[in-house]
Amino acid sequence: MVGGNVMRSALMALMALPAAAFGDNQVNMSPGVTTIGAEIYDLHMLIMIICVVIGIGVFGVMFYSIIYHRKSRGVVPSQFHESTKVEVAWTVVPFLILIGMAVPATSTLLEVYDNDDAELDILITGHQWKWKYEYLDESGENVSFFSNLATPQEAIYNTDQKGEHYLLEVDEPLVLPVDTKVRFLITANDVIHSWWVPEIAVKRDAIPGFINETWTKITEEGIYRGQCTELCGAYHGFMPVVVHAVSREEFNAWMGAKRADEAAQVAAAAMDLSLDELMSKGEAVYNAQCLACHGAQGEGGVGNAIAGSAIALGDIGTHLDVGIKGVAGTAMQAFGRQLNDVDMAAVITYQRNAFGNNTGDVIQPSDVASHKQG
Amino acid sequence: MGDHHHGPATGIGRWLFTTNHKDIGTMYLWFSFAMFILGGTFAMIIRAELFQPGMQLVEPGFFNQMTTLHGLVMVFGAIMPSFVGLANWLIPMMIGAPDMALPRMNNWSFWILPPGFLMLASTLFMEGGAPAFGWTFYAPLSTTYAAPSVTFFIFAIHILGVSSIMGSINIIATVMNMRAPGMTYMKMPLFVWTWLITAFLLVAVMPVLAGAVTMMLMDIHFGTSFFSAAGGGDPVLFQHIFWFFGHPEVYIIILPAFGVVSQIIPAFSRKPLFGYASMVYATASIAFLSFIVWAHHMYTVGMPVAGELFFMYATMLIAVPTGVKVFNWITTMWRGALSFETPMLFCIGFLILFTIGGFTGLMLSIAPADFQYHDTYFVVAHFHYVMVAGAVFSMTAAVYYWLPKWSGRMYNETMGKVHFWISFVGFNITFFPQHFVGLAGMPRRIPDYALQFADFNMMSSIGAFIYGASQILFLYNVLATIIAGEKVTDEKVWDGAEGLEWTIPTPAPYHTFEVPPKLDAAHA
Ligand code: HEC
Ligand code: HEM
Ligand SMILES: [Cu+2]
Ligand SMILES: [Cu+2]
Repeated sequence: MVGGNVMRSALMALMALPAAAFGDNQVNMSPGVTTIGAEIYDLHMLIMIICVVIGIGVFGVMFYSIIYHRKSRGVVPSQFHESTKVEVAWTVVPFLILIGMAVPATSTLLEVYDNDDAELDILITGHQWKWKYEYLDESGENVSFFSNLATPQEAIYNTDQKGEHYLLEVDEPLVLPVDTKVRFLITANDVIHSWWVPEIAVKRDAIPGFINETWTKITEEGIYRGQCTELCGAYHGFMPVVVHAVSREEFNAWMGAKRADEAAQVAAAAMDLSLDELMSKGEAVYNAQCLACHGAQGEGGVGNAIAGSAIALGDIGTHLDVGIKGVAGTAMQAFGRQLNDVDMAAVITYQRNAFGNNTGDVIQPSDVASHKQG
Repeated sequence: MGDHHHGPATGIGRWLFTTNHKDIGTMYLWFSFAMFILGGTFAMIIRAELFQPGMQLVEPGFFNQMTTLHGLVMVFGAIMPSFVGLANWLIPMMIGAPDMALPRMNNWSFWILPPGFLMLASTLFMEGGAPAFGWTFYAPLSTTYAAPSVTFFIFAIHILGVSSIMGSINIIATVMNMRAPGMTYMKMPLFVWTWLITAFLLVAVMPVLAGAVTMMLMDIHFGTSFFSAAGGGDPVLFQHIFWFFGHPEVYIIILPAFGVVSQIIPAFSRKPLFGYASMVYATASIAFLSFIVWAHHMYTVGMPVAGELFFMYATMLIAVPTGVKVFNWITTMWRGALSFETPMLFCIGFLILFTIGGFTGLMLSIAPADFQYHDTYFVVAHFHYVMVAGAVFSMTAAVYYWLPKWSGRMYNETMGKVHFWISFVGFNITFFPQHFVGLAGMPRRIPDYALQFADFNMMSSIGAFIYGASQILFLYNVLATIIAGEKVTDEKVWDGAEGLEWTIPTPAPYHTFEVPPKLDAAHA
């Protein structure tokens, strides 16, 4: 009886497994918040249902055979093995079904490729391992920023709680206006990446040296999350995409604030900061930009150790050179154009004073600017 | 007859210097099983890391080395050599030939494989680690941004390519020249047909792969810019070349599997294969189509819309001959007298799961829908349904089916059936949920994932451990059979088996068909 009980509970657990797993898990594609997304979803459902119906037919015949045509029932095997008629039928009928699928697929594809009449152009550049967004403006006053993973290392390495949007959160999302045709120009700085947000049904490869074009028109306000979908190196799993879709008014307000912010930063670059200010800002920049390669304790990884590094303890000019121009042929990129002078000054100051590198050196934004002048 | 019927040499020399197709077949099979275990170990590391969200066991960089080596070892080390091993054992026996046409080359094409894989595996211990750019090694991640070990990877690929090309030339030469009198092309067993076509595919595309890795080598060491826009090259060019090899490659993997299934299903249905001629034509059309669909792996690179449409239509077309094959197998079973020994169970498993993989393939062929599927776990599910449940299941069926003929001993049927059921259930627990997480938005090749994917990933990992463990049972069963299995002496081990290999004594003697067999009319 014990055996029976064990069997029964095992069976129940087994049956509960899929139910529990399905619970509130998403099991299907989302129609998303664009008309293209909805069309793709319909296509997906159409083809899937056709496949399921054919599958039921084919497997039905097979299981009928398995049940009724078994040797143990004493059946005598028939010896037929050819029929041109049947062969022609099951070549032609599937072909016709395929034509039925190709028609809607073609029309959706043509729509996806219709990049005309965009009201807003955004240049998306994939970097190892973050996205850069640049709002192109006819006046040449582009607004641009990097969008970095915001999930803390502690959450990734399980020493801290994982938040609701674990790995799908960024420090600064891409903000888009709804009901506006937005054109994306997609490229990359180093290796191939791929920019994907399932809910707006846009996935396009970011290829260094080439610019891909695609578009979207979001119909609902909200926050939509996606990820890089082309293997791009060690931290490929850690470069999410977050899109914040807002009303046009909100978008314009955000854009205004963003421009004011950029102007303020230019002003800040002219001012001197205290060591404490530089250190706290520097820590934030370091954690967002450098930690992936140089380690949380400056112990190194993909990049060299910063703790005790001859460069971080040595000549300030050399250190600035590495930060601004990178090291050619290695993963150490030129951060000069990714970070503004304030952030660069802060992170260099931080590297020279954190992790036991107590040099006491203070680098000001103006130092960075004059170093860049040469 | 004097000294003519000599047996094998003794000692290690037998294996090093052998030119006997059966010895070489055996070595290929064991080698591929070893690679299957190695590649499986990498897979277990991947699934263990993905058991829960968060990084637990390995670092992201090492995770990428595991996915890369897993793919390379399984494709080039486990699946391809296993079917070459099967070809070595079976093709001469099926066409009534005494051996392969080029026995010395046969020895060489096997023996360069182990050093090739040793070189590939050694990259794990090099500075900067093993290749970490995926089995598809897209440039520039695999060139400018690769670890120094990439050079060893390139040479390993060259060696495997040379081995494959030599193996295929041998198969083509054997099938074209060494058939017993009366064995016309349209009387050849389907396994021979599928391998003949596969061998032509291999000869056509392995040099393309060799070209791709050579261009990488030039970019890395000799300052060319084939794949770098900065020097006037194009990273997308790499993908075109790779997939011009890569798509036929997936058919190289599956066609011999089709052949195996076409031998086994009729045997346990006790009824001839339905539509033999249409099977041959379908195989040939699949092979032809496989050359003009490669860019369906590249729908998101930004091809012009005309290109997208062409590759979409061509890819959809492949479903037609593939469907014909499935319908023929099922009609073969229809009104037969079925029994369900282990080889048949694996073939039925193949039939169900491969068909599911074909359906998802059709879904993936729809370019606009692929924008949502591409590079997600949905694709991972698709190709495991076709490669594991397709190629590996049929290979397993083949081993159970022909092992008694090879060894003269019967495997343990109960254990075989248990192996099947654990594999079947484990496989589905592993890969079915991957359809769901893929559709819900989980990209492939990531070491860590968002919380909404956690339940299905845990399920997938549990399934993988079950499937992995079931292979130990397989190994045990095979070893126990060879060492102490119940002896069989019937020439025809299975009552429904047809073909020349079942007319020779059991176990198959070291030399067979030194005098070509006479084909009677019944063998038509
Ligand atoms: C993509 C990985 C990566 C990131 C991100 C990265 N680095 Fe590096 N870094 C490297 C590598 C690799 C080297 C070693 C280069 C070499 O071989 O000389 C390096 C070297 C350095 C060095 C010289 C250390 C020494 O002792 O040789 C400094 C300083 C440095 N990086 C600063 C930074 C700063 C500041 C940031 C963030 C703004 C940063 N790095 C972000 C990869 C990275
Ligand atoms: C009906 C037949 C099939 C069709 C229509 C089909 C279609 C496709 C398509 C369109 C893709 C690209 C998906 C993407 O990356 O977005 C793909 C991927 C793949 N298919 Fe198939 N397929 C079929 C059968 C097979 C078979 C028989 C095999 C091998 C045995 C196979 C192995 C693969 C592999 C390995 C990949 C992924 C490659 C990678 O990116 O790593 N497929 N298939
Ligand atoms: Cu990526
Ligand atoms: Cu393909």
